[in-house]
Amino acid sequence: MAVVKVRIPAPLQSLTGGATEVEVQGKTLREVIDALEQNYAGIKARLCDESGELRRFVNIFVNDQDVRSLQGLDTELKDNDEISIIPAIAGGN
Amino acid sequence: MQEKKWLRYHRQILIDGWGKEGQQNLSNAHVAVVGAGGLGCPVALYLTAAGVGTVTVIDADSVEETNLNRQVLHWQKDIGKPKVLSAAEKLMEFNPYVKIVPIHGRVTEETVDEWLRNADIIVDALDNFPTRQVLNKYAVETRKPLVHGAIYGWEGRATTILPYETACLACLFEEGPPSGVFPVVGTTPGVIAMVQATEVLKLLLGLGQPLFNRYLIYDGLTMTFHTVKLRRHPNCPVCGRSS
Repeated sequence: MAVVKVRIPAPLQSLTGGATEVEVQGKTLREVIDALEQNYAGIKARLCDESGELRRFVNIFVNDQDVRSLQGLDTELKDNDEISIIPAIAGGN
Repeated sequence: MQEKKWLRYHRQILIDGWGKEGQQNLSNAHVAVVGAGGLGCPVALYLTAAGVGTVTVIDADSVEETNLNRQVLHWQKDIGKPKVLSAAEKLMEFNPYVKIVPIHGRVTEETVDEWLRNADIIVDALDNFPTRQVLNKYAVETRKPLVHGAIYGWEGRATTILPYETACLACLFEEGPPSGVFPVVGTTPGVIAMVQATEVLKLLLGLGQPLFNRYLIYDGLTMTFHTVKLRRHPNCPVCGRSS
């Protein structure tokens, strides 16, 4: 069971009470997302679709590596890994 | 007249690696700023300040009051005016030696080539994902560097795309977020626009390390900047092997 830091992007901070970084436990990224959902209801639906896979406009990086080039949601985690949730944002205007 | 022109750029000409030659490179360059809003206004302003020879500014919208907390080239008197005309008026008065080309219209697959074919570098200062995708595809097809920026609230992102060398926008995001009105602190696009303008200058001068395969994430609330690594996606629908 790894204890990891998760950076929360601006569009999701309303679900975490404004927290920009939270600590959760999980062996894999999938477990971390479930742990986030337990603490911050509704966050999982913003990240994953009905089949449980990452939404196409959301990227997740573990220690600055895109998980799509690792094992996706099954990527295994170690203590103190830093997870960045990076949804596409479109603003510029 | 020649002396007076260079005087304006004196402080940057002193920069290591810049010099009069660098300044001449800037004045020979054409940069297209796509979007004249929160990002586009400061980007265009600073590229004009630096003496980029031609700055094209493209936007389909007119100035609205809700723009005025951040779209610094548009003022109270400009409400209702096409943004590119409002921007062009200020930019031309700011630096009469830069050629400003305002284009009032929407970038689509039909218009993108006609408006951008003479640009050396494209700046993505847009506010919606579908048009960003059109721009990304065009930049990749024409191998033009694309300096991307995006914001939301206190958070901003930036990266510099060199087609076929670095990840493109489609390598990073398969699709965009749900659309809608979103919050923006005025300083956020200000910060990201400065990152974008800095990247443009570095590309034109051949100096420093651009944000190649680096995605910069700025969080104004914690005042942190961090980067994540990008790489070309082999199956990218735009720049991948089978595209």
